[in-house]
Amino acid sequence: MVTGLINENPIIYPKKERRLRTDTSTTDEDIKDPEHPNTLEDLRVVTEDSVEVDDENSYVRVTFTPTVEHCSMATVIGLCVRVKLLRSLPSRYKIDIRVAPGSHATEDALNKQLNDKERVAAALENPNLVEMVDECLPSEE
Amino acid sequence: MDLMEKNLELVEIQKLEGHTDRVWSVAWNPVSSHADGVSPILASCSGDSTVRIWEQSSLSRSWTCKTVLEETHTRTVRSCAWSPSGQLLATASFDGTTGIWKNYGSEFDCISTLEGHENEVKSVSWNASGSHLATCSRDKSVWIWEVLEGNEYDCAAVLTGHTQDVKMVQWHPTMDVLFSCSYDNTIKVWWSEDDDGEYQCVQTLGESNNGHSSTVWSISFNAAGDKMVTCSDDLTLKIWGTDIARMQSGEDYAPWIHLCTLSGYHDRTIYSAHWSRDDIIASGAGDNAIRLFVDSKDDSVDGPSYNLLLRKNKAHENDVNSVQWSPGEGNRLLASASDDGMVKIWQLATKP
Repeated sequence: MVTGLINENPIIYPKKERRLRTDTSTTDEDIKDPEHPNTLEDLRVVTEDSVEVDDENSYVRVTFTPTVEHCSMATVIGLCVRVKLLRSLPSRYKIDIRVAPGSHATEDALNKQLNDKERVAAALENPNLVEMVDECLPSEE
Repeated sequence: MDLMEKNLELVEIQKLEGHTDRVWSVAWNPVSSHADGVSPILASCSGDSTVRIWEQSSLSRSWTCKTVLEETHTRTVRSCAWSPSGQLLATASFDGTTGIWKNYGSEFDCISTLEGHENEVKSVSWNASGSHLATCSRDKSVWIWEVLEGNEYDCAAVLTGHTQDVKMVQWHPTMDVLFSCSYDNTIKVWWSEDDDGEYQCVQTLGESNNGHSSTVWSISFNAAGDKMVTCSDDLTLKIWGTDIARMQSGEDYAPWIHLCTLSGYHDRTIYSAHWSRDDIIASGAGDNAIRLFVDSKDDSVDGPSYNLLLRKNKAHENDVNSVQWSPGEGNRLLASASDDGMVKIWQLATKP
């Protein structure tokens, strides 16, 4: 598959003090990067500020920032975030996942793909992809 | 009847429970309706890899699941379509195959499996005479199959031209003209000029001719076949029209032109639109809502306009993936399918 890492030397940021959440608890920060032992939070791919939760309207938007502009792992990261949210949130939530504006070379195509639920459904029936996603997600307690 | 003057509501008749995953699509058997004295039959297909056949009891009027078609498709069944005779049911699956099921009344047998697409088959449609089928896939192609003797199906054409997944195929209700819509934001029209089965793309309706600016999810025609509605991820519905008399006379291809755009009615992707025999357009979307529209009858120089007849918020607890009007005359039923795993039967009724 991938020969050599896409981003060999990612910047690893110090972990933020975890504050107690009163809203619906989302734990995107614990998702592991597909190619590094670090979490998406360590790499600042996903930060607390990049997750908007509108509980009243059952809406969540995650804006993530791939570590490099041509990151080919961005689809997998997006899929991991979506699966994590699907597994943790009540089904009433509508979820939009996007890459931060200007953070990826094929931003529009990526956003479209990540939010096409038919493509997501088909991807999640692919055992190889599911295995890849599961490896990135912390084991469910 | 002037629909706009009536105080109409969409009454939930029954919730059909049984699927264990999202329901993608529903299809009414075309020959079953109360008018014919036969019980209405509905097929639904799901992410649980099965198809369920539902029937309404003529006595109690309640719906029950008559049979479950399982153990044939190994992945999501994305769409299903009855042949015009109501004797065959075609099922399109993410497993890359299309199943053909024969309806023996109380049971169904899978009599053929159409293979050829490289990956997920997303939609299947029969032409008006039942002599041909069309299928489409994530592999960007549209296939036309000829129905032969002895449950044989022959690939008559592989149509390429879409640059992304093809979401839905739909034959014209009276003529052998095929329509496909795609993730590439366009609708393509396929037609064989010489009746020799050499289908060509004769028109592409894209953003440059007032078309959609994102994925086009579904296509439906009015009964006369001179108008078509399409719906999209761009949150709009679009109405298209053609000179049907010119096409029927066999003169030449009459192009489809954009008549109007219905926007501002849904907040999330519109997955399904269906035109009833009595000219009501239903739409179902990712905002859990169903909307109904009718022609306002006050055509201006800009062409026809459509008014919102009714809004049904929270029609389901999750995305509405499919809305389909029953084929029967007079008895106006609407079926809807949702990510909440439910199929619902609705009746359009006058408020008491």
